[in-house]
Amino acid sequence: MKIHEYQAKGILKKYGVAVPRHKPCFSVDEVKQAAEELIKETGIPVVVVKAQIHAGGRGKGRFKEQPELGGVNVVRGAEEAVKVASKMLGNTLVTHQTGEEGKKVNRLLVEQGIDIDKEMYVGGVIDRAAQRVTMMACAEGGVEIEEVAARSPEKILKETIDPAVGMQPFQARNLAFGLGLKGESNKNAVKFLLGLAKAFEAEDASLAEINPLVITKKGDVMALDAKIGLDDGADHRHPDWKELQDKSEEEPTELEAKSYDLSYVKLDGTIGCMVNGAGLAMSTMDIIKEFGGEPANFLDVGGAADKDRVTAAFKIILRDPNVKGIFVNIFGGIVQCDIVAQGVVDAAKEIKLEVPLVVRLEGTNVEAGRKILKDSGLKITPADDMADGAKKIVELAK
Amino acid sequence: MSILCDKNTKVIVQGTGRAGAFHAKQCIEYGTQIVAGVAPGKGGQDFLGKPTFDTVAEAREKTGADCSVIFVPAPFAADAIMEAAASGIELIICIAEGIATQDMVRAKRYLQGTKSRLIGPNCPGVITPDQAKIGIMPGYIHKAGNIGVISRSGTLTYEAVDQLTRLGIGQSTCIGIGGDQVPGSNFVDILELFAADPDTKGVVMIGEIGGSAEEDAAAFIKANMKGKPVAAFIAGKTAPPGKRMGHAGAIIAGGKGTAKDKIEALESAGIKVAPNPAEIGKTLASLL
Repeated sequence: MKIHEYQAKGILKKYGVAVPRHKPCFSVDEVKQAAEELIKETGIPVVVVKAQIHAGGRGKGRFKEQPELGGVNVVRGAEEAVKVASKMLGNTLVTHQTGEEGKKVNRLLVEQGIDIDKEMYVGGVIDRAAQRVTMMACAEGGVEIEEVAARSPEKILKETIDPAVGMQPFQARNLAFGLGLKGESNKNAVKFLLGLAKAFEAEDASLAEINPLVITKKGDVMALDAKIGLDDGADHRHPDWKELQDKSEEEPTELEAKSYDLSYVKLDGTIGCMVNGAGLAMSTMDIIKEFGGEPANFLDVGGAADKDRVTAAFKIILRDPNVKGIFVNIFGGIVQCDIVAQGVVDAAKEIKLEVPLVVRLEGTNVEAGRKILKDSGLKITPADDMADGAKKIVELAK
Repeated sequence: MSILCDKNTKVIVQGTGRAGAFHAKQCIEYGTQIVAGVAPGKGGQDFLGKPTFDTVAEAREKTGADCSVIFVPAPFAADAIMEAAASGIELIICIAEGIATQDMVRAKRYLQGTKSRLIGPNCPGVITPDQAKIGIMPGYIHKAGNIGVISRSGTLTYEAVDQLTRLGIGQSTCIGIGGDQVPGSNFVDILELFAADPDTKGVVMIGEIGGSAEEDAAAFIKANMKGKPVAAFIAGKTAPPGKRMGHAGAIIAGGKGTAKDKIEALESAGIKVAPNPAEIGKTLASLL
């Protein structure tokens, strides 16, 4: 699950990780109040107004309605904060991560201005090679860390955490000294890193990126930006995550699919796919492409492909106006083909399916399943195998 | 004749609820020696004609089981894995999907230094055709023989096995290692066993986007599997970056873990990669 920057900063603060003073705002009035309070509290006349969307690259991004305006704005005084906020709220920000359509900005973060000396990077990841959590640090901050990793991997410092004991102070020191930090800023960085590692574990993060981490002229170490991903597998022990979820940030169809326990990812092609199993679903997309088509989606209908789920799956696939045909590819293992076939027939009748439908069934009770499709009176094109099905749907959807 | 399990493997079932009972029944019908169920608080009850115990320790002591298959819901699965390991169970097969990643990180740490091997989670299990089926795969598509099958996916494995069987090619053992980011066993862990098994004459390996387990496997195969041909397939050539494709581990992150990279690594190690999922069986057959 993705969360907003201000939510990530709220989490980090709980673990003693230093973040600038900040206030989330949902309206221009709130921005005015927040800016006035921050200026009063800190004595610093500069505040930063940041768009809160689930995508990176906000600083370099531009608003559709305000081509001169980016998603992160440093302003002087509450009045200017209000002026810029009114141009941001409700408008659409396009960044390299949002795609052309951009994302509507409904929330802002107003934050104290920081006297930056250096910008660095720290982050935590699930390290698939180590099969553990690894904390990373890099003296080059504010840039894409993947680019640094590709260009000069030796600049990325790593400490892998033993889950039995958690991150140890010596590991945090290794990173802090490795970043070239000395004196007060070194001590602050050690505290920062230990807090970050603790937050990562206790909050079941899947990713935590502080980019940039800033060192101020006074030697303070702070998270100027914060990106945290939360592990959906752990939601059972974090009831508070429900409040962190911002449904307006999610693809509505993917959200609906989730409510039916379907795994759906929207793509840009014209051929809808409904498949049981994630690996088979991915390779169904691949084989459609191989035969000259473009998949419109990934959809894993799961093990229990009964009428209700198949109906829900069809409806979700067809909500995409680009879909010109559907390929159902089922390998019935424990799932029985006749039950799936009945589900497909009932669902197709219920929603009065108009686009071409190719069904490939294999596995348990396949003969009974094929008979149900044939006797249904519906225009269903049967396929002998995956390749045959892919060829047929690409042809029919032309 | 096989790796990991055979007709002598004695299996307990952790989690005797609906899913556990349904699949355990099918395992018994296939001929697997299911010897007991384990469910805290249900000790003494009947489980498909076998006893139920409150703890794995007691079940192991009373039945001599050497394998456990875990069907408990995801929030309790890491605990179940560690309980099995603490009781000295050699082979732990965890079917559950959706286990918190850091639970698995801790469970794997716990397994270090024990004699337990973990397969899964989020996997279909392990089958040695005609001997033991420990998992949720359809038994009837398999045929006993000499080809090892190892995969990160469930239904795609069935697809590949079905193709092999139709071509008259039997399997020694088929293993689903699961689609998570932190699996109990990786490709290399299992390939080591196939490399050492005199009755496995070749291997089908099915990978997918995300991580670098396929690249590691390619290096291992090149160095250690001379004389045992390997055919591979990688799912997810068309998967967009940054999106999880069903499996928790199937995601291209930071430009890493693409199908293209994996296919290149496999091919440069001399491994033949099936051009599409309908030709996995044919690709292996061409190597025999």
